[in-house]
Amino acid sequence: MEDKKLPLRAAIAAGVSRTAAALSRATGRGDGSVIGGKLGMMIDPDLLAHLAAGRRIALVSGTNGKTTTTRFTAAALGVLGEVATNSFGANMPTGHTSALARAGSTPFAVLEVDEHWMPKVIAATSPVVIALLNLSRDQLDRAKEVAMIAQLWRDTVAQYPNLHIVANADDPMIVYAAAASQNVTWFAAGQRWRDDAHVCPACGSHIWRETDGDYWACPTGDLIRPTPQWTIDDSAVIDPDGRRHELKLQLPGRVNVGNAATALAVAHWFGVDPADGAPRLSEVASVAGRYAQVDRKGRTIRLLLAKNPASWLEAFDMAEDAPTLLAINARDPDGYDTSWLFDVDFSPLHARRVLITGERAYDLAVRLQVNGVQFEHVANFWRAVEAVPPGRLEVIANYSAFQDIRAELDRVV
Amino acid sequence: MSSSALQIVWVYPDLLSTYGDRGNMLILAHRARARGIPAETVEVFANDSLPDGDIYLLGGGEDGPQALAAQRLIADGGLHRAVDRRAVVFAVCAGYQLLGSSFFAKGAKCEGLGLLDLYSDRGETRAVGELAGVVDPELGLPTLTGFENHGGRTHLGPGAKPLAQVKVGIGNDNQTEGAWLGTVLGTYCHGPALSRNPALADLLLSWATGEDRLPELDETWTSKLRTERLTANGLA
Ligand SMILES: [Zn+2]
Repeated sequence: MEDKKLPLRAAIAAGVSRTAAALSRATGRGDGSVIGGKLGMMIDPDLLAHLAAGRRIALVSGTNGKTTTTRFTAAALGVLGEVATNSFGANMPTGHTSALARAGSTPFAVLEVDEHWMPKVIAATSPVVIALLNLSRDQLDRAKEVAMIAQLWRDTVAQYPNLHIVANADDPMIVYAAAASQNVTWFAAGQRWRDDAHVCPACGSHIWRETDGDYWACPTGDLIRPTPQWTIDDSAVIDPDGRRHELKLQLPGRVNVGNAATALAVAHWFGVDPADGAPRLSEVASVAGRYAQVDRKGRTIRLLLAKNPASWLEAFDMAEDAPTLLAINARDPDGYDTSWLFDVDFSPLHARRVLITGERAYDLAVRLQVNGVQFEHVANFWRAVEAVPPGRLEVIANYSAFQDIRAELDRVV
Repeated sequence: MSSSALQIVWVYPDLLSTYGDRGNMLILAHRARARGIPAETVEVFANDSLPDGDIYLLGGGEDGPQALAAQRLIADGGLHRAVDRRAVVFAVCAGYQLLGSSFFAKGAKCEGLGLLDLYSDRGETRAVGELAGVVDPELGLPTLTGFENHGGRTHLGPGAKPLAQVKVGIGNDNQTEGAWLGTVLGTYCHGPALSRNPALADLLLSWATGEDRLPELDETWTSKLRTERLTANGLA
């Protein structure tokens, strides 16, 4: 980090930020990515803008997949040079500040951004590209509603005609937001969860969907699925020239092929040939503990994060046919409301051995009973490990339950 | 029951479906079938007319869809006819509000269905969090427990009875929560309200089937859930 280039207050703030982050990591209190940023921001509120200046920046936002897509994009951009990124998922301005301060001066940055913070972070960092992934129900008891975020993004995008947007053609909410710009690259990543996009955000009509295909349209014609330039086919990404890039991802599931396509589309806008970017994506083995495989007590434990109905559906798609532990909390980062459990169909787990734990395991127990899924309740993570035979254990957990288990496994990354 | 199987109708899931609203339909069907009562679930979108059914469920929704749902239900008339023949209506949150004479959506007063003697307006604060209350003794139910998330306040007229007296949370107005009359019942316990209130689910099933003594079910997990929630709210 060349602090000399920064104004004095910013240079001091960046130094404080780095020290606090290191302290937080050393004392085991966190990844250090949020605490460092908070101290830094107190000293210079414009610090993020100062740290962003001179870098070419991509922002990634959406309800699901933003951490992984950010990681993939950083990997692909690595073809061009050094990339700063908030790879711990600390996705508000304090986290961005920490990430940029810690990285020193890099020509590029890729930042994951919380949906609500997009207008402010766009204003502070002047990105070259933003990637808009999807919008669905999340953080139930406090988030703005899905339609409101779509409108917020649409209004924001309209103010930056030169900002390039990489956006998901399969999500009507995203199309509504991005279509306020003339400057969009569309990708098709599929949308397994559709319950939040029945109604056209532009006019309130029912959106018509093709039964055996991906096409959708508002019957009034005010919103139709744009033709995507980037698509996926099995484990391959098809680029706008029709070239096929076979991926060998370590991360499981179709959803991650979609995330990879998004990352390659963003990197392409910076000048990365997808043929050069694609191999770098296969080097990503886990993302902030997600998808990580850990061997303990003769069991191979894999951690999957599922924080809302859409991501639970994707997790069931990724999990192998093996004993599966489901862990549910309802703390502040999860939202205090567990109602969403009834939006998830747990029947893909019918034939598996299912164990449940977490502070709100009883909410899950009632849900599984109604779903006709057999389960065993265990007091904690280690009881589950001991209860299953040597071999694979899949763990699917919501946010704070996931962090608890990750802490048990020594903050696996 | 109007046919060989209990008909559970989820009204307009395309408009009125927020967090876990599907749960009430799943729970009622599960608790009926567990007792050998055949049950069918029907999801009716707003473009279609309401079919004959035994239990009608209305969920929560954002302002725009809520106003649209009320317009469609008034035009359809099916829910009024259902109440006339004493079918059961169970409504939560936005669905509860639109059963009254009027409610507020997007800053405008909207006409409701007038099936319950109440009206709703906007509160100064949003009510978000645990909701619990002592249920009207006439209904013979244990403490109501749930989660609320709404910006409205609801005012009951003499023709509607409060479902519960509030112990935790806001409900209608900090004093009472929900309302009922005959076989129409509404609550601000949103989403899968019946998961924490199995006795309320059974009351609806009794009303719909005319069967006062439903066989008992294994309540191991529902009991644990209720005890945990009531303890967390200082009510156990
Ligand atoms: Zn439309």
